Amino acid sequence: MLEKALISRGGNLMIGKKELENIKKKQSDWQKNCYSKHIKTHSERQKKFVNLSGNEIKNLYTPNDTTHLDYINDIGFPGEFPFLRGVHPTMYRGRLWTMRMFSGFGSAEETNQRYKYLLKHGETGLSVAFDYPTLYGYDTDHKLSRGEFGKCGVAVSSLQDMEILFMGIPIDKITTSMTINGPAAIVWGFYIANAENRGIDRRTIGGTIQNDILKEYIAQKSYIFPPEPSMRLIVDTFEFGYKEVPRWNTISISGYHIREAGSTAVQELAFTLGDGIEYVKWAIKRGLNIDDFAPRLSYFFNSHNDFFEEIAKYRAARRIWAKELKKLGAKKPRSLLMRFHTQTAGCTLTSQQPEINVTRVTLQALAAILGGTQSLHTNSMDEALALPSEKAARVALRTQQIIAEESGVSNTVDPLGGSYYIEWLTDKMEEETYDYFDQVERLGGVIPAIEKGFFQREIAEAAYKYQREIDNKERTIVGVNDYTTEEEVTIPILKMDEKGEERQINRLKKLRKDRNNSKYERSLAALRKAAEGDENLMPFILDCVHSYATLGETCQVLRDVFGEYVEPAVY
Amino acid sequence: MERKIRVLVAKPGLDGHDRGAKVVARALRDAGMEVIYTGLHQTADMIVETAIQEDVDVIGLSLLSGAHMTLFIDVTKLLKDKGIDNMLVVGGGIVPEEDIPELKKAGVAGVFGPGTHCDDIVNFIKTNVKR
Amino acid sequence: MNDITSNVLKGEPRAIARLITLAENNDPVATDSMKAIHPKTGKAHVIGITGVMGSGKSTLIYELTREYRKKGLKVGIIAIDPTSPFSGGALLGDRIRMTELATDDGVFIRSMGTRGMLGGLTSAVYDVVEILDASGKDIILVETVGVGQAEVDVIKIADTTLVVLVPGLGDAIQTIKAGIMEIADIYVVNKADRSGVEQAVAEIESLIDITCSDKDRKIPVMTTVAKENIGTVDLVKEIENHKKYMKKTKMFDVQRRKRYEAELVEIIRKKLMNFIFDESTFKGKVESLIDQISKKEIDPYTASEEILGKILK
Repeated sequence: MLEKALISRGGNLMIGKKELENIKKKQSDWQKNCYSKHIKTHSERQKKFVNLSGNEIKNLYTPNDTTHLDYINDIGFPGEFPFLRGVHPTMYRGRLWTMRMFSGFGSAEETNQRYKYLLKHGETGLSVAFDYPTLYGYDTDHKLSRGEFGKCGVAVSSLQDMEILFMGIPIDKITTSMTINGPAAIVWGFYIANAENRGIDRRTIGGTIQNDILKEYIAQKSYIFPPEPSMRLIVDTFEFGYKEVPRWNTISISGYHIREAGSTAVQELAFTLGDGIEYVKWAIKRGLNIDDFAPRLSYFFNSHNDFFEEIAKYRAARRIWAKELKKLGAKKPRSLLMRFHTQTAGCTLTSQQPEINVTRVTLQALAAILGGTQSLHTNSMDEALALPSEKAARVALRTQQIIAEESGVSNTVDPLGGSYYIEWLTDKMEEETYDYFDQVERLGGVIPAIEKGFFQREIAEAAYKYQREIDNKERTIVGVNDYTTEEEVTIPILKMDEKGEERQINRLKKLRKDRNNSKYERSLAALRKAAEGDENLMPFILDCVHSYATLGETCQVLRDVFGEYVEPAVY
Repeated sequence: MERKIRVLVAKPGLDGHDRGAKVVARALRDAGMEVIYTGLHQTADMIVETAIQEDVDVIGLSLLSGAHMTLFIDVTKLLKDKGIDNMLVVGGGIVPEEDIPELKKAGVAGVFGPGTHCDDIVNFIKTNVKR
Repeated sequence: MNDITSNVLKGEPRAIARLITLAENNDPVATDSMKAIHPKTGKAHVIGITGVMGSGKSTLIYELTREYRKKGLKVGIIAIDPTSPFSGGALLGDRIRMTELATDDGVFIRSMGTRGMLGGLTSAVYDVVEILDASGKDIILVETVGVGQAEVDVIKIADTTLVVLVPGLGDAIQTIKAGIMEIADIYVVNKADRSGVEQAVAEIESLIDITCSDKDRKIPVMTTVAKENIGTVDLVKEIENHKKYMKKTKMFDVQRRKRYEAELVEIIRKKLMNFIFDESTFKGKVESLIDQISKKEIDPYTASEEILGKILK
């Protein structure tokens, strides 16, 4: 096998054939003598060391573990196919990752203040968290919105709320990411309309809408419509995006939520990339040219506890995406490079001894940076208690700034490239991802697999296994099942304006009265007709937005035409 | 025949985070209980009607969106209005410590936040079930 | 007549639920009520629904129920899921597909675990059917655990049995010729928007031609797309047709008789087993006999004669 590898490629990772054989022999000697002698009296801490995806990790990785890799073809250089080492030639030497803190709560006024605070303290990109009613396309005064206003994000029910949300913020100079899925097209409409009303050309605004419905079915569950019409809407946004709003990323294909729901790192990688490839296929089926829309597809990953596994995951993601898009016919380099945002893993943070969450977040942030992320959100220490307080959000931001300015890790590109362990692990994760791709193929593809509950079952199994390991103390969580204290939690918790919900409801009432209601009705009727056909819905949505139709009213039209999705029962 | 404890696991409101609810449902099943899982987006009406028809011993409410003060108490109030006093109501998810006393006063017997050991939930139910 | 009985007959949900629990737990308190309600039963059309996992039974039941509700009929639903043989617990998740029916007071849904019973049903299902019947339900839908050969007990309880399949089963239809393919009064190919539906229907129809000895009625093969409520109205019609056919040929009473026989057998079996294994003084004798069998001091047949001898004395 070694011979074959050497003959078929230009050479090995770093070392010639004779030297490799020598290393192999010397390693075997070392294992038999030095190592074996030592563990007779100093046994290792565990019988086996297994990472979070279930892969066994050896005591030592050496050149022998990477003999199958060819530097030129498998590893390459940053900014060039296969983009393993990074998507830009200079990476952080040229420009640091965007420090983009996910935030939002209560009413638009309160969140506007928090955005100004974070910008003042050095964040370099905005990121909007919406409340549950907004995520589901309901207005604040809908009966299902009861008790939910502003609790886990900001309430945006109309263009007016979007105007307030960004008042006094230079959205022509800064990019905004919006975590919205079911009603993403409509909320994007609010953002575009607000910019244009402020005299900003839509061709110059930059940002992202998450707009990734497949992972909603799999993990986050804030879906509205069934798969087919949802995919149609998404491809509508791809098309509208590259033609009308070319600086906008019309999708953020997400693994974060899949991981938070309990998946392993390999599952996160495989399911997310599988979703991404599915979106590309649908767009191609529509007749779009891959090199037109692919450059504006982006990704969103989790950064979890196993430090090196996460780094390997990001590298594998870039290489797999580049290969797959090449297979699908993309020619432009910009179509092949995967840009991604990362958020540190909320599910790993504890309500016990919350201060120590800062340490967890630091390690997770470092992994994302060593993995080459384009943009990063660091969670606050009070993650398991409430929405971030001002101070906690500031500390999280400072974590990024310290890594950027004080640690030196950004001063070279892909510093861990060439590590025997990292290259071996990157390769292993890629291999296992392709195994999952095959499995999903055999089930008929991504959407059939969703309907069969395949991903949901894999995730539920992994989540249950993880919890059992913690319950049985096979896995230590500091402060939770070991190193515990009895002390009370004393960090400040975010308090929201209690009058916010009432203000919002009154605002909505007034808006519905004051708008030009015949214009509003015409725009909704036109949207309904277009939704029943197959025209691109974005222009119709923008008309509704401009006529001050609310989010709920617009969504209801689509609910009527597309129906609502009910998930299969999977544990 | 030994009586089985029947538990309703419900997700009130719009919150879609069901990882915890599903893990707890499985743990309760593994502890020998019959678990009815309602799925997402339940109103208090739906939860209480289901609890009545299934004649459950326990109602478990899972919520991570911050709306627990409204939605958990909607359920306990409705139970009270209907004169149902033999069902144990417990809750889990993201509930700040300072909200727990008021929830307990309203009838939520136990609140199980992040980091709870599944056995603690099982034992609490076995100890406190009312029938 | 006690409180719980009169409330059940009035259709009061709490009483219905309570009596079901008591019957399921073999609580002697239930017996008087069960005796009192039997004369009030017989009106409900009991429809058994079985089929492979993933065939969409729950969604189909949801849509059928909605259709029956439109006609003003009251519906009872029994959803049965397997009890874990290891822990004795069960995850009962069929309601998730029927969540909107929870607040319709013309619908009563009960989720049940098999609790050790094989065959796809649960021991108490006869009691629950009687209770729902007596409480005024016009239609009772029984959703069984139906996976293959052995889960055919549904025919013991149902007036009309539906077997639900999906396209793409292919060779599976051939291999499950025995078992659930023999018990259908109506076949339903659900998820009929998938490819392979014509082939599935053809395979089932050829199977019917081979195995169907009843020349008077050809078993219909319906197609539905339950999640889009396609085919439901026709299915309801076919179910009604089957009932009319059964009544016309007097098969209805024959079928009902089979159910009462099965119910009687189950009640006797339960009482016997309870007596032998749960009754405090008798159980001791049984345990010592089992020890003797283990030590080869006695054989199982002789042991059974000893036990039955004492009971049948």
